[in-house]
Amino acid sequence: MSDLINFYKDNASLLFEKTLAHLGIAGLGMAIALVLALPLGVYLGHKHAGAFLAINISNVFRALPSLALIAISLALFGLSLLNVEVALVALAVPPILTNAYTAVDGVDPDAVEAARGMGMTERQVLTGVELPLAWPLIFAGIRTAAVYVVATAPLAAIAGGGGLGDIILNQPTYGLVGVIGATLIVVVLAFAVDALFALVQRAVTPRGLAVPRELTTIVPAGTDTAVTAETAATVEQV
Amino acid sequence: MSALAVAPLAPLAQSGPVIPNFGRGDDCIRNNGNFCTQWFIDNFRERFLPRVGEHIKMTVIAVVLGFIIAFVAALIAHRRRGFEAPFANLASLFYTIPSIALFQIMVPITGIGWTTIIIALVSYTLLILFRNILTGLREVPSEVKEAAEGMGLTRRQTLVRVELPLAVPAIIAGLRVATVTTISLATIAAFITPLGLGAPIFSAIQTGANTEFVGASLLAIALALLADVLIVLTQRIVSPWTRARRRSA
Repeated sequence: MSDLINFYKDNASLLFEKTLAHLGIAGLGMAIALVLALPLGVYLGHKHAGAFLAINISNVFRALPSLALIAISLALFGLSLLNVEVALVALAVPPILTNAYTAVDGVDPDAVEAARGMGMTERQVLTGVELPLAWPLIFAGIRTAAVYVVATAPLAAIAGGGGLGDIILNQPTYGLVGVIGATLIVVVLAFAVDALFALVQRAVTPRGLAVPRELTTIVPAGTDTAVTAETAATVEQV
Repeated sequence: MSALAVAPLAPLAQSGPVIPNFGRGDDCIRNNGNFCTQWFIDNFRERFLPRVGEHIKMTVIAVVLGFIIAFVAALIAHRRRGFEAPFANLASLFYTIPSIALFQIMVPITGIGWTTIIIALVSYTLLILFRNILTGLREVPSEVKEAAEGMGLTRRQTLVRVELPLAVPAIIAGLRVATVTTISLATIAAFITPLGLGAPIFSAIQTGANTEFVGASLLAIALALLADVLIVLTQRIVSPWTRARRRSA
């Protein structure tokens, strides 16, 4: 225990630097995944089409082993940040895409019909009715993705380097105490990211629409599987 | 051999990274191409097949053990709600520990080898399996359960004959995610001990033998996709009504 405290004391500036780099790597991966998956999921959900596409893209991405992706992109692009980003994006896309699709697709059709009946344009229906009602479930997917990405970013150290993985994968230099110390930071980061997204999730949820209890825990039920996500989507109609 | 004889005249590009000498090889392997099919085929039996076997073995053991633990835990949580939060929190904690770190941290406790690998892999399956089994059981419509009760079924009979069969799609969905996740994480086990498809990946990244780590990576991807498809087919056989329902919806 005192070893651990000493490790933190002796390496404070190094750890700070690596933590920032870690968040940068994870943040970039999340940003790319959001740009790719969120509009696609929301669009397909709005059209109530392409369930097959949305769910199968997710299933294929989910089946890609992170280390295999890193190794293949290492052969293609050489040592660079790109290697780990490929793996992180593949990891983050499935929960974001599946949840965005099922959330928007699952919005109460009566509400959408009422909005159309009031003369709302397609755009207004999407931004004024569907998205607000779908946010809790969409955000649950984003939270899950963020936790995956933060916890997997240490693999960056295999090819290209950067982040807390430089310490976790270098036991010969930093010792087991270094591995444990850096790991604890990753775990704390994952929970902190989760808590932060939980706050945002609550903030964007319209008043009168409680966040379902199932969606309030870390890696919530149903966010990662098509079958249960369908059923989770119905919870919000309460 | 003739190519080596004129080596002094060879272009500079060929004197790049040090390529491990595998004894023989065509131009592709001498130039360390990204993926040399002939070398891969020639070395498949010796270098890759045993690793595929180990990979399948660790995945199957971990998923089966994880399923047993998660199943029992979900049955308990189904009866006693108070049990859900503690178990889910513990499983969530494991989920946030990077696998590459967990394997190393376990070594001083459980040693280098199968025990460490299996314990770490099992710990990652628990959250997904537990949540899916429990969600599947909880989402059985209450009318169905009341009907079962009305027909005089005991709680145990209701569980075995009504609730579990209806929870099958959710359970298999969890099994599917848990299996592909385990195949992915099992490659990382090779960071501590050379077992599974991660072994050629880690060792060949260090020596720079492209075909070896690209080949092993492709095998890992193929294995995960194959497992995914097999589980989907199993689901269709075990619960044919889910397809009929989706078509009519």
